[in-house]
Amino acid sequence: MEKTSIKVTSKKLDLQECYNFVTDDSCGGIAAFVGTVRNDTQGKEVIQLDFSTYKPMAIKEMQKIADLALDKFKIEKIAIHHAEGMLQIGEIPVIITASAKHRKAAFDACQFAIDTLKETVPIWKKEHFSDGEVWVNAHP
Amino acid sequence: MKIKILLFGITSDLLETSSLDFEVDTNSSVADLKSALLVKYPQLKNINSYAIAVNESYADSTLILQENDVIAIIPPVSGG
Repeated sequence: MEKTSIKVTSKKLDLQECYNFVTDDSCGGIAAFVGTVRNDTQGKEVIQLDFSTYKPMAIKEMQKIADLALDKFKIEKIAIHHAEGMLQIGEIPVIITASAKHRKAAFDACQFAIDTLKETVPIWKKEHFSDGEVWVNAHP
Repeated sequence: MKIKILLFGITSDLLETSSLDFEVDTNSSVADLKSALLVKYPQLKNINSYAIAVNESYADSTLILQENDVIAIIPPVSGG
């Protein structure tokens, strides 16, 4: 039985799908992290975010994170799904769900997975403002 | 030898392409490639830092490049 679900897609992410994937009769809890597109960055109004990916490598790096999380924490299953393409305010670029016998492992796995994803997975977002656009984290 | 380099995010904007063919000496390391890239594309100095991926994995600066490797320049990531 698959213990990890990894996806990079231009379709709308589905929280129910991530939830359903990790449900397991042995589990006492499921934690979920849902990332959403915020309407401002450092006081400046953001109109939309454009996510580009190095898809085959992003999938490999996300798989590594999921496998590490299974090793590090007492979780049963984990799903990591990320969107690509143009997203509007309030839309969902990332969903992580994890199931575990006890809640702490599920929370910890979600936190670890999103923190590591932001450091290692080759995905880039460009913020679009009313007067221009900028790649996040790119400049000194 | 000739290698193909994939570009993403800020680097594809700076170099105005999503891939390029690049010539490196046989037995070049990842560090050698980075120096050669900076000479040919000084625009790369405009970004924070970047990693090199070889065959879809992050590569150490000492890794020796082989013909037909798939190289990618990975500027600072910002997913999530």
